[in-house]
Amino acid sequence: MTELTVRDVSVKAGDAVLVEDASFRLARGEFVALLGPNGAGKTSLIRASLGLAVPTSGDARLDGEITSNLSPITRAQKLAYLPQIRPLAWPNTVRDVVALGRFSHGAVLGRLKRTDAEAVDRALAACDLSALANRNSDTLSGGELARMHCARAFAAEAPLLIADEPIAALDPRHQFRILDLIAEYVRQGGGALVVLHDIGLAARYASRLIWMKDGRILADGPPSETLTKDRLEITYGVRATVDGIKVEMDGPI
Amino acid sequence: MSGGRAFVIPGLTLASVLAIFAACLLGSTPLPTERVIAAFFGGADIGDRLVVWSIRLPRALAAFLVGGALGLSGAALQGLLRNPLAEPGVLGVSATASLAATFSLYYGLVGISAWIMPIAAILGALAATALLAVAAIRARSVVTLILIGVGLSSFAGALMSLLMNLAPNPFSLSDMVNWMLGSVANRSFNEIVLALPFLVAGSGILLATRRGLSALTLGEEAASGVGLNLHRQRILTVLGAGLATGASVALAGAIGFVGIVAPHLVRPFVDHDPARSLVPSALLAGLILVIADIGVRIIPTDSELKLGVVAALIGAPIFIWIAMQRRAVHD
Repeated sequence: MTELTVRDVSVKAGDAVLVEDASFRLARGEFVALLGPNGAGKTSLIRASLGLAVPTSGDARLDGEITSNLSPITRAQKLAYLPQIRPLAWPNTVRDVVALGRFSHGAVLGRLKRTDAEAVDRALAACDLSALANRNSDTLSGGELARMHCARAFAAEAPLLIADEPIAALDPRHQFRILDLIAEYVRQGGGALVVLHDIGLAARYASRLIWMKDGRILADGPPSETLTKDRLEITYGVRATVDGIKVEMDGPI
Repeated sequence: MSGGRAFVIPGLTLASVLAIFAACLLGSTPLPTERVIAAFFGGADIGDRLVVWSIRLPRALAAFLVGGALGLSGAALQGLLRNPLAEPGVLGVSATASLAATFSLYYGLVGISAWIMPIAAILGALAATALLAVAAIRARSVVTLILIGVGLSSFAGALMSLLMNLAPNPFSLSDMVNWMLGSVANRSFNEIVLALPFLVAGSGILLATRRGLSALTLGEEAASGVGLNLHRQRILTVLGAGLATGASVALAGAIGFVGIVAPHLVRPFVDHDPARSLVPSALLAGLILVIADIGVRIIPTDSELKLGVVAALIGAPIFIWIAMQRRAVHD
């Protein structure tokens, strides 16, 4: 039973407080959306949770072990990470990029072991990329690239996944497709923490919403409890109408 | 292109062996094939054996090893910095190494031990590579990094000119020209033996850590995410490239651009994977220098052309061409 437990984590860069006393848990079978305006500290919190940045105080533990003390390989086997998408350095084939998701299992590109090759094939099929497997990544559209990165994260077959804005800059159909893929991963027993900016989609897909502003977690709970007109006003500074999990933005305050 | 992939390494190996053999045949007095083969196996007369074993073979091997080290270092640095223009010559690593080597010669430090010169070259290369790696982490912009390399190169060149101005006799002046322009003329097995341990160690480190270069294709953040120890990868690539480049400079002085050209040509045949580009890049760069050095020896000029000059004549235009092909999106 893999579980990520973040307790009272603060992250400071010089005098600036990026994250203050943030606590949350991520377990298998959960789809958690991390919400908050730009600069709220979402990415800093994620990096501290992963152990890529050492928290100034508090700790993040993966199955009881402090993440920043884990070897990168051990951490990657339990927790897949999909950072905000950046262009690839080289125009590798889609299959090779997805195979990099098996890095923590010792995969060597071009000479995959059978278990690695099978995991890559499963991830390619799940993300509907089998037909594109031998294409060079610089020939893909934005939506196909997003699916490729998802497949790369799924190929690790880690019990937990953290994805930072996986649907940024995608058209509505692709936003649904990517979130469906993550939802399917959760249905099969994975636990996902996903940074989203579309509140409506977050409410539709997530079992829990974590609301963040100015480095602090304001609320953490199911959409039915935490998605309110007031919370949108406080967190984002927007006027909105909320009807169940349906949200209509009316404008800035 | 996919059909050729399996043949890249065997093909380049065969071509390299043939080129080194050809280098033993050709020269100011061409030797016929059967005399060279006889000389290899201890037959032939003493004159032929001397030409092959003491002059042509060590020279060709030196060119191959120097090219191999530079091709390998170039491919590894390109993987680490995620930039096809990264290379020991362009980044000023070779210039700094040859400055350090020249300094050790000029101040007679080599009198202490024959190992001083290669070690000085390697320390120079390591210092430059480490500086660049630190700059790469801070600057995050590829253009900035190349500019730092250009600055480093110019600075090392200026210090070299200063050393030349102070040179006590024309002999050390011509020596220094050799270091700056790069040459494998008159190399013997003794010099190869002095550079070889460092070259082998550096190459070994680069090859042992090449898998991490594949992961870096994703960018540093995602590479850490898939389980790469970024800090360790940076240190080992810098160390490996510094050792291999330093050893190559100790053997032949500063030879530029071959470390860019070879990986660039190899990449399409290895699916653009930095890890898989390492060995073919080393073989191809070695092959290029062996052929370029044959050219240097048989082109009839009054004073022999420097290998580094020929390498730059071929390599610099290709460097400019690669730079012009790059889209802004990569920065």
